Amino acid sequence: MFDFLDSGQYDVLGAFWVTVQLTLYSAVGSLIWGTVLVGMRVSPVPLMRGFATAYVNLVRNTPLTVLIIGCSQGLSLTLGVTLGGGTFKEIGFRLAVLGFIAYTGTFVCEAIRSGINTVPVGQAEASRALGMSFVQTLTLIVLPQAFRAVVAPLANVLIALTKNTTVAAAIGVAEAALLMKEMVENEPQDLFAVFGVFALGFVLLTLPTGLLLGWVAKRVAVKR
Amino acid sequence: MKLSKVGAAAAIAVALALTATACGGSDSTKPGSDASASGGAKKDKIVIGIKFDQPGVGLKTPDGKFTGFDVDVATYVAKELGYEPDQIEFKQAVSAERENLISNGDVKLVVASYSINDKRKEKVDFAGPYFLAHQDLLVRADDTSITKAEDLNKKKLCSVTGSTSAQNVKTKLAPEADLQQLGGYSECLTGLENKAVDALTTDNSILAGYAAQDKNKGKFKLVGLSLSNENYGIGLKKGDKELQTKVNAAIKKMEADGAWAKAIEKNFGPSGYKAEPAPAVTEGS
Repeated sequence: MFDFLDSGQYDVLGAFWVTVQLTLYSAVGSLIWGTVLVGMRVSPVPLMRGFATAYVNLVRNTPLTVLIIGCSQGLSLTLGVTLGGGTFKEIGFRLAVLGFIAYTGTFVCEAIRSGINTVPVGQAEASRALGMSFVQTLTLIVLPQAFRAVVAPLANVLIALTKNTTVAAAIGVAEAALLMKEMVENEPQDLFAVFGVFALGFVLLTLPTGLLLGWVAKRVAVKR
Repeated sequence: MKLSKVGAAAAIAVALALTATACGGSDSTKPGSDASASGGAKKDKIVIGIKFDQPGVGLKTPDGKFTGFDVDVATYVAKELGYEPDQIEFKQAVSAERENLISNGDVKLVVASYSINDKRKEKVDFAGPYFLAHQDLLVRADDTSITKAEDLNKKKLCSVTGSTSAQNVKTKLAPEADLQQLGGYSECLTGLENKAVDALTTDNSILAGYAAQDKNKGKFKLVGLSLSNENYGIGLKKGDKELQTKVNAAIKKMEADGAWAKAIEKNFGPSGYKAEPAPAVTEGS
């Protein structure tokens, strides 16, 4: 039943490695972009607040497939944006990471914003009384406490991101979902075995992430 | 107070849904009873799986009609089996689902650019082949730089994710070609038109269908290479010898009485694509 794994025709581990790479680059990028966005959303400058609110609501409510295909069709195939990549393999990977950061950044932003709401207002008032600027208040006082409160929600975003990377198959990034399509096309007689292998692969990726970050969340949570 | 409102709303929704289904039910039984009254023998519908997204081969048009060579073949075969065109129900059979649609009994036949091969024969039986296609390339009409498969090694190439054609390129034809795999052939056409890709590859029947579309006329051309042999068969349930024999007979009849050539001309003619002569029926003999 699982003969197709021994045939040497399919590089399952390699495909999952691309999934892991996509997830890691996108996770780091969206953590940074989400933090920038949340900074804008709580800033005293109305223009920044307006931009971040509009961006988050617009992008968060756009289907990811639309964003990713938009990156490929609109940016790459129509406008010729390559992000410095030479081959389609590089271009596709980079465009996919760009799309995932744009999308996941909004969820990171909203998670951190909920974390900011757990920080007592007195903390910000006290830091302002000490003469700190907005940026100092945010980066030194508020965000560190906010992050400790939202490890678990961020873990959920990370798990969702891991699974969302399968959308990159639509623009030809050779990750797990693309290999699965190939195997389903070639091995119709073992359809359920193929699905099983990939389902198991994703469970092996996401379950430890959830367990580890759940443990971290408990360790670092601010007891109030 | 609030809860009762919610309850009332839910009750209305359920009632509406029930009336809707009741309406649908009475509607669908009506033509069925008519048909059995006039047709004498009580025959229900035949469900046939086709492609919905391949112009020239199998396409569902925006107004709900079906066109393409596979559709014509399916209609002819169904007629030979005793089903009038209005008794055919077409169902979408995307590549990865074809075997399951057949073995679950969701469709009786699959006529969906379905290449006969040994792995597929482990799950389903085929009748036919009724068509011989080759993997080919579609390029911009003014492009003369690609004349053979090796030329692809320095070119940007596009195909559909996971398709056999894409795998052929990677493993055999041009391993060094820069291959982009997208969700559908139309997406590749965007890139081809904007010069982001140099060639689009899949079966020549499908490519001819795209080239013959009104909006694409004159923009693209087929290179005319025979990179592989794809014998299209009609998929049916494994072990159903009786049906296989009947369908084979229908295909032979279609080729003999000229309907086959007419269908080819109608669906592929405008692209200037020269189809191979009808292949000999080999399955099930």
